[in-house]
Amino acid sequence: MLGLMGGLAGAAIGYEASAQTIAVTGGTVAIGDGSAPIQNGTVVIRDGRVVAAGQGIAIPPGAQVIDATGKWVTPGIVAGFSRLGLVDVDAVEGANDQSSDGPFSAALDVAPAINPNAAPVAINRAEGVTRAVVAPAVGKGIFAGQGALIDTGADGSPVTRARLFQYVELGEEGAGQAGGSRAAVHVLLRNALREARQVAGGGGSGGRDAGGRTGDDPRNDPVVADPNETRSYEARRNQDVLLTRFDAQALVPVIRGRQILLVHAERAADLRQVIALAREFPALKLAIVGADEGWTVARELAAANIPVIASALSSLPGTFESLAATHSNVGRMRAAGVRVAIGTINDDEARMAFRARWYAGNLVGLSRLPGAAGLSWGEALAAITSGPAEALGMGNEIGSLRAGRRGDLVIWSGDPLDHLSHAETVLIDGVQQPLETRQTKLRDRYRSLERGALPEAYRR
Amino acid sequence: MRKVPAGAALMALLVGACATTGVDKDGGSRVSINQDPFPSTYRPYPGAAVVIANVTILDGEGGRIDNGQVHLAGGKIVAVGQNVAAPAGTPVLDGQGKYVTPGIIDVHSHLGDYPSPGVAAHQDGNEATGPSRPEVWAEHSVWPQDPGFSRALANGGVTALQILPGSANLFGGRSVTLKNVPARTMQGMKFPGAPYGLKMACGENPKRVYGDKGGPATRMGNIAVTRQTWINAAAYKRKWEAYATDGGDMPDRDLAMDTLKGVLDGDILVHNHCYRADEMAIMIDLAKEAGYKIGTFHHAVESYKVADLLAREGICSAMWADWYGFKMEAYDTIRENIAFVDRAGACAIVHSDDANGIQRLNQEAAKAMASGRRAGLAISEEYAWRWLSMNPAKALGVFDRTGSLKPGKDADVVLWNGNPYSSYTRPERVWVDGALLYDANNPRLRPVSDFELGQPGEGDVK
Repeated sequence: MLGLMGGLAGAAIGYEASAQTIAVTGGTVAIGDGSAPIQNGTVVIRDGRVVAAGQGIAIPPGAQVIDATGKWVTPGIVAGFSRLGLVDVDAVEGANDQSSDGPFSAALDVAPAINPNAAPVAINRAEGVTRAVVAPAVGKGIFAGQGALIDTGADGSPVTRARLFQYVELGEEGAGQAGGSRAAVHVLLRNALREARQVAGGGGSGGRDAGGRTGDDPRNDPVVADPNETRSYEARRNQDVLLTRFDAQALVPVIRGRQILLVHAERAADLRQVIALAREFPALKLAIVGADEGWTVARELAAANIPVIASALSSLPGTFESLAATHSNVGRMRAAGVRVAIGTINDDEARMAFRARWYAGNLVGLSRLPGAAGLSWGEALAAITSGPAEALGMGNEIGSLRAGRRGDLVIWSGDPLDHLSHAETVLIDGVQQPLETRQTKLRDRYRSLERGALPEAYRR
Repeated sequence: MRKVPAGAALMALLVGACATTGVDKDGGSRVSINQDPFPSTYRPYPGAAVVIANVTILDGEGGRIDNGQVHLAGGKIVAVGQNVAAPAGTPVLDGQGKYVTPGIIDVHSHLGDYPSPGVAAHQDGNEATGPSRPEVWAEHSVWPQDPGFSRALANGGVTALQILPGSANLFGGRSVTLKNVPARTMQGMKFPGAPYGLKMACGENPKRVYGDKGGPATRMGNIAVTRQTWINAAAYKRKWEAYATDGGDMPDRDLAMDTLKGVLDGDILVHNHCYRADEMAIMIDLAKEAGYKIGTFHHAVESYKVADLLAREGICSAMWADWYGFKMEAYDTIRENIAFVDRAGACAIVHSDDANGIQRLNQEAAKAMASGRRAGLAISEEYAWRWLSMNPAKALGVFDRTGSLKPGKDADVVLWNGNPYSSYTRPERVWVDGALLYDANNPRLRPVSDFELGQPGEGDVK
C-alpha cells in the first residue's frame, strides 16, 4: 500500500496512511520473531508503522484503542511463496497470469499483472494473510521472471516491492524447460549469467541512459551514448546469444547481487549445486524455494547461509527429486541452523496461502512426535511471518511487530496456528481492512433455503 | 445399503455355473455372471487384546464418553463405555489426555491409481479414451506399493478408503473399497464384502477432455450421452431379465453394461462427481428417469445451495472444508458448506481426493466444524466425527462392519495423542481389524512400501 521511497518509481503508487495512532491492548501478543507469545501485551501503531510491541507499553494519548483481551495478536501472515493476485480461477485462461509462452523469460515482471480484485486476495486477507511473495511460473526457459512482494489490502495499489527477486527453476522443472536434462539447465544458467555480464558491459559497470539512470532496471533500454558503440554491441551479441536483450538485461541486477535469485530446487544433489553456485558466483544473492530433501544437506545449507522457503508438510515421494520428503524437513533444517520459512510450493500457490498457519501448527505438533522434528510455537509463527520476509531481504519492512515495521497486524479469536480460531481484525499499513469476501456473501445468501418473497438473487 | 451381498453363499452359487446354457422356460439352468471375479484375499492380521482407558471417546455416531474405556479383542470392538469388563490380564493402555475414535474413512481417494511418484507410467486413474467407460474397474489400476497408503495410515488415521476412477469420463468406471493394510496385491487390500461403486461425472471435466475429441463438448452434450447410455443399459437389463425368466440363448455379455445393470439392480452404489447445485438437480432427475439412485455427490462445493433437495432425496455430499477456485465450477465454495449440508438434514462427508489431504482429514473436519460454529451452529466434536467415519461408511455400504465404535464391529480404531481437531495432534496408534499397524512410539510399526526401500529416508517418520 505504501510505495517504498527511492529507485522504485512506478513500482507502487503510494498514499499516506491516515496519521492515526492505534493501540491494540490486552491480547496475547506474538512478535513474529521466533519469541514466545507475551501475555497482556500492547501494540502501538502510528502512521502505518509499528512503534512498539510488548508488555508495559504506554498507550499514547489520543490513540484509538482496540481491546484484544482474550484474543491473540500477531503480525500479518506473510505468504512465503505464492502466486496470489496472478490468478482468479486457475483453469480460466483469461483469469490466470502465472506464466507466459511469449518471447520473454527473465524480463517478465509480475507487478503489472497483479490484480488486487482477484477473489483469492480478499479470501486470504480475511484469513489474516497481509503480504505475499508472488513468483511467476516458468513459461519458456528456466527463468520465470521477476517476482514481487505484495499486500492484500482492499485498495488499488497492491505492490509493496516490484522486482524483488528473479525466479529460476534448477531442478526437474528446469530440466524439462532446458530440453530434458539437468546438465542442460546448468549450461543455460551459466550462459544466461554470461550474457548478463555482456550486456552489463563486461567490466561490471552498468550502462546509463540519457536520464542518467542505471541500466539495472530491465524496463530501461541499455542505451549507450555512442551510436557506433551500440552497433558494435549488437554485433557482438548476435554472434552467440540465446536470451533476448531484455532478458539478458533483466539478469544484470542478479549478477551484481542487487536482486535476489530465488532458486526452486528439491533434490539433495540439486541443492548442493545451488551451494556450489554460491561459491562460484559470490556476488549472487541466493535463496531457495522447495528443498524437499533439504534435511539431508541441512548442515551444508546452513554453512552456506542460504535461506530456504520450504513446503511445511511435504511427505510423499511425488517425484524423483522428492524421494526423501518428510514432515520433519523444516524442523530438521531449522535444528541444523538453516534459515527456513514456509511457503505453499506446488500447493495451490494461487489461492491457498491461508493454510500456512495450520501447516505451521502441524510443525509444532511434530515436535511432540518421537523421531520427528518440528518447531516451537514461536519458530512456527516466525516461519510464516518474519521468516519469508527475511529470506527475501524485507525483514526490516514487514513480518514482525518489531518497531519500525509496517503496521500489518491481525487480531485472532484464539491461537492462530489452530483450526478453531479465525482472524477478527486485520490491519495493513495500519489501515483496518474489510473481511467480507464473495464466500461470506454466498454464505449469507444461502444461510436459509426458505422460499422468500423474491428469488435468492435479491438477497445481498 | 446393498440388496445382494457378494458373500460366500452367492459365490458358491456362481462357481461352476458357466458351462451350461438354459434352453427352456421351465426352470432350466442358466448361465449367470460371476459378480466377484477378483475376490478379496484380505485377512486381518493378528492383534492383541487391549483396553484403552482414561480416554476421551468419540464413537463416530455422535456419542462421547469422557474418561472412558474401549476394549478391543479378536479383531473386534468388544465394549465401549465408562468402564468395560475385560478379562483379567488384558493389557491396559492409558489414554490420559488422548482421544480414541473410529478410523477415518475416505470416500474419495486415488491412491494406487494416481500414486506417488506421480510419473506418467503411473497415471492410471482416467481411461480417457471415450466419455463412457463403465467397463473399467479402478481396482485394476491400484498399485499397492503406493507410499501414499502408509501416510494416510500413519499421519491420517485412515483405516478404509474408496479408490475411484478419475472424472474425465461421464462414466469413469467401478470403484473399489480397500482396508488400509499393506499387501502384495490389490485383492489383499480389498474390503471383504464391500459393494462396488460406479464413478460418474458431470460438468467441466468430461466436456473439457472430449470437447475436441468427438464430444461431448457441452453440458447438454454430457447429459445427452449419459441418458442414452442409461437407455442402453435398461435394454441390456431387460434382455438378461427375459433370459432369466424365459431362457433361450444367453444374451451377449457387455462389461460396460454389466456395471450399469448392477447399478439399476441396486447392487452398485453411484458416486457422482458434481460441483454445481444446478447440475446436481439435473442429475437427480436424470437418475429418476433412468431408474437408479445417486448415493453421493462428490466435491459438491455448491451442495449448500440445494441442501434441502439433497436431504429430501437422501443423497450424501462428500466435500472439502476450504478448497476453492481452481476451476470455474469450484468458484462458489463456502467454508460453511459441510455444516450447512448437515444442518439441512442431509448426509455430510469430509473427503480428500488428494494424497496430502488424506493425511489430515481430521483437520479438514476441524475447519468445517469451526466455520459452522462461527455461522451460529452448535456442532460438537463428537457430532462432527460422523463426517469422518459414520457417514462415509454408510456411503460405501460398510457401516454394518466399520465406521463407529460399537461392539461387534471391526476394530478399526485410532488413538490420537491429543484432541484430533487440533493442528497439534497426530495419530499415536492405529488398529485395523484389531491389528496394531502403526505406533508412533515404535519405529518398527510403520509400513514402508517396496518403492521406498533403499531410498533416502527409508523408514523415516514421514
